[in-house]
Amino acid sequence: MLNIKNLHAKITDGREILKGINLDVKPGEVHAIMGPNGSGKSTLASVLAGRPGYEVTEGSVTFDGKDLLPLAADERAREGIFLAFQYPVEIPGVNNMYFLRAALNAVRRHRGQPDLDAGQFLKAVRAKLKELEINDDLLQRGVNVGFSGGEKKRNEIFQMAMLEPKLGLLDETDSGLDIDALRLVSNGINKLRSPSRAMVLITHYQRLLDYIEPDHIHVLSGGKIVMSGDKTLAAELEKRGYAMLDETAA
Amino acid sequence: MTSPDDSLDTIHALTGEGYKYGFVTDIESDSLPPGLDESTVRFISAKKQEPEWLLEWRLQAFRHWLTMENPDWAKLKVAPIDYQASSYYSAPKEGPKSLDEVDPELLKTYEKLGIPLGERAALAGIAVDAVFDSVSVATTFKSKLNEMGIIFCSFGEAVREHPELVRKYLGSVVPQGDNFFSALNSAVFSDGSFAYIPPGIRCPMELSTYFRINAAKSGQFERTLLICDKGSYVSYLEGCTAPMRDENQLHAAVVELIALEDAEIKYSTVQNWYPGDAQGKGGIYNFVTKRGACRGDRAKISWTQVETGSAITWKYPSCLLEGDGSVGAFYSVAITNNMQQADTGTKMIHLGKNTTSTIISKGISAGRGQNTYRGLVRMQPKAQNARNFTQCDSLLIGDRCGAHTVPYIEVRNPSARCEHEATTSKISDDQMFYCQQRGLSKEDALSLIVNGFCKEVLKELPMEFAVEAQKLLAVSLEGSVG
Ligand SMILES: Nc1ncnc2c1ncn2[C@@H]1O[C@H](COP(=O)(O)OP(=O)(O)OP(=O)(O)O)[C@@H](O)[C@H]1O
Ligand SMILES: [Mg+2]
Repeated sequence: MLNIKNLHAKITDGREILKGINLDVKPGEVHAIMGPNGSGKSTLASVLAGRPGYEVTEGSVTFDGKDLLPLAADERAREGIFLAFQYPVEIPGVNNMYFLRAALNAVRRHRGQPDLDAGQFLKAVRAKLKELEINDDLLQRGVNVGFSGGEKKRNEIFQMAMLEPKLGLLDETDSGLDIDALRLVSNGINKLRSPSRAMVLITHYQRLLDYIEPDHIHVLSGGKIVMSGDKTLAAELEKRGYAMLDETAA
Repeated sequence: MTSPDDSLDTIHALTGEGYKYGFVTDIESDSLPPGLDESTVRFISAKKQEPEWLLEWRLQAFRHWLTMENPDWAKLKVAPIDYQASSYYSAPKEGPKSLDEVDPELLKTYEKLGIPLGERAALAGIAVDAVFDSVSVATTFKSKLNEMGIIFCSFGEAVREHPELVRKYLGSVVPQGDNFFSALNSAVFSDGSFAYIPPGIRCPMELSTYFRINAAKSGQFERTLLICDKGSYVSYLEGCTAPMRDENQLHAAVVELIALEDAEIKYSTVQNWYPGDAQGKGGIYNFVTKRGACRGDRAKISWTQVETGSAITWKYPSCLLEGDGSVGAFYSVAITNNMQQADTGTKMIHLGKNTTSTIISKGISAGRGQNTYRGLVRMQPKAQNARNFTQCDSLLIGDRCGAHTVPYIEVRNPSARCEHEATTSKISDDQMFYCQQRGLSKEDALSLIVNGFCKEVLKELPMEFAVEAQKLLAVSLEGSVG
C-alpha cells in the first residue's frame, strides 16, 4: 500500500533531515516508528502528508501504486492518507462538526459518494461515537479551540474514524494522555484496525504498544531506519534505551 | 511551512477570478449628459415633480457643497475626481408602475443578481425595493405592509405621498452640510428607499433594497430614510452590485435612521460593488454617509455590514445615542483584495445616560489591499455611566497588504467607560495545512478559516443574507493564499 524507497528530504534552510528511508507497509498492517527526539519521525509523517516546507531531493513514495509525491496535501488526504497531528491546530470560530462535515464531504465526493446532509451526518457521527465509546462534548466547540492536550488527541482519532482513511499516520497520539485517556484512544485505534487499513504509529513509549500490538517496529535515528523488528523490539528498547543502537552498530 | 515565494506565486496564479455581477443590462435609459451646476439640480427636481421646498433644500445643499473640499483625512489614495465628468441622472426609459410592467430585461438582471422579486420574494419573505441606477423600479409587498400601516416605498413616492414625514426627518440625522459627500448627495439624489414603521408594530418581514449601478459614466446618489416609531421594530437589508467598467464610478449615498422610544432598527448591508480589476483599473468609489439616531429612551440601532467590493470604501455607519439607555452596535467585516482600499469604521456618540455601544470590526486584507478601521467613541458630559466595548481584529493574507487601526476615544464624563481590544493575525500555514490534510481544497480551507474569523459579525446577519455573505467572502478572496 505504502512504498517508500530511499527517501531523502530537506527543510527550507537546506538541512537534510531524512537521509534514505525505506519502508514497506501492507494493507492491514500496523507499524510503529520509534526513535530519539529530533531523529526525523515527524518530518517523515509531514513529507508523506505533503506539508509545505519540505523538499524531497531523492527517492520515491508510492501509495496504492500511485506516485504520491506530485500530489498536493489535500489530494493526498482525499486519496486516503490521514495524519493525526502531534500538535493539532486551533481554528477559532469554526465549529468542529461543521469542519468535519466539510472534510467528510470533500473526501466522499472524491470517492464518488454523494454528500451527507446535516441529518445523515449527525447519524454517522452518533454511530461512530458509540463505536469508539467516546462522548460528544467536543463536537459543538471551535476546532481544537481551548481543548486540553488529551481532548485534542481524542478529537484527532474521532476525525480519523469519520474520514475512514486507507492509511493512518499517528504522530505521538499517546503523548500527554493520562492512563484512562490512553486506554480510550488505544481502544479507538484498535477498532479502526481493519484488513484494508494500514497504520503507522509514531511513539516514544512501549505502553501504547501494550494496547495496540504492532506487526513491525522500526527505529529511526539520524534520518534513517537503523533497526526493524517485531513487537519484542519495543520491550528491549525500553529496557536498554537508545544506547543499544550504538552497541548493535558496534 | 510555506516559503514567502511560494505564497506569492500562488497568489499570482490564482488572482483575477471573475466578478460574477459584472454584466451590463441593455436597456434604453434616460440620462442627463455629464456635468453639474444648479440647472442639473433643478432638472432632477423637476423630473421628479418635487415640491418647491425640496428644490430649495437641494439648492441650499448644492451651494454649500460648492464651498466644501474633498476630504483627505482618510488613509486612502484617491485619484482626483472630476465631478463634471459624471452624469447625475439616469433612469430606465419606460417608467414602470407595477411588477408586471417592469422591463423583462431588468427582471432578468435581478434574477442574475439573485434578488427575490415577485414570487420569489414571497417565498423568501422579503419585501424588496430595487433601485436601478437612480430610480426605484419596483416595490414588492407594498399592500401587505400597508395593512399594518407600514410604509415602504421609493423615496420619490414618499415625497409625493407622505411629505410631512419626509419633511420632518430628512436631513435631521445627516444635515446637508455634514460632509462633502452628504452635501453632494443632498443636492443631486435621485431616488432611494423610504420606510416608516408605526408605533408598536413589529415589521413581519425583512425589508430590503437592492442597489445596482448599470449605466456607464453615471454616479449613484440614493437616499434612504427609515423611521421606526415608538416601540416598533424593523430589520432592513441592503445589497449592492455594479457592472465591470474600466472607469471609476462614484457612489455617494446617504442613509438616515431614526429610532424613537423603545424602537429597534437592524440595518444590514452586503456591499459587493465592482472592486476594479487586479491592477486596480476601474471599480466603484463608495463614499457613503450612514447614521442613525436613537431619538428616544431605550432605542436600539445596529449596523451590520459586509464590505467586499468597491475600489475605494469610505464609510462610517454611526449612532447618535440620544435617549437614555439607548443602544448602538456596529458589526463589520471589510475585505480588501488586489488593489482595493477601505477606510471604514463607525462613530458612537453617547449623549444620554446609561447608553451602551458595541463595536466589532473584522478587517481582512489580501493581495495589495489596504484596510483601515477608523472609529470614534465619544462620551459627552451628560452620558452618565455610558459604556462602550470595541474589538478590532485584522487578518492578513500574504505580505504585501496592510491593516491599520485608528481608534479615537473622547471621554467627557468621568463615569463613562470604554474598553478597546485589537488584534492582528496572519492566516497561519499550519491552519491551512491542517484543513487541507483533512481533504479540503486550498480555497475551501481559506474560506473556512476566514468565515471563522468573521463569525461574530456574520451571526448578526439575517439567515439568508448570512449564507450569501459567506459565499461572497470566499469569492472575494479567491486566489489570495499560497
Ligand atoms: N519545519 C521545520 N523547520 C525547521 N526545522 C525543522 C522543521 N521540521 C523539522 N525540523 C528539524 O528537523 C529535525 C527533525 O525533527 P522532527 O520533528 O522530524 O523530529 P522527531 O523525530 O519527530 O522528534 P520528536 O520525537 O521530538 O517529536 C529537528 O532538528 C527539527 O528541528
Ligand atoms: Mg515529532
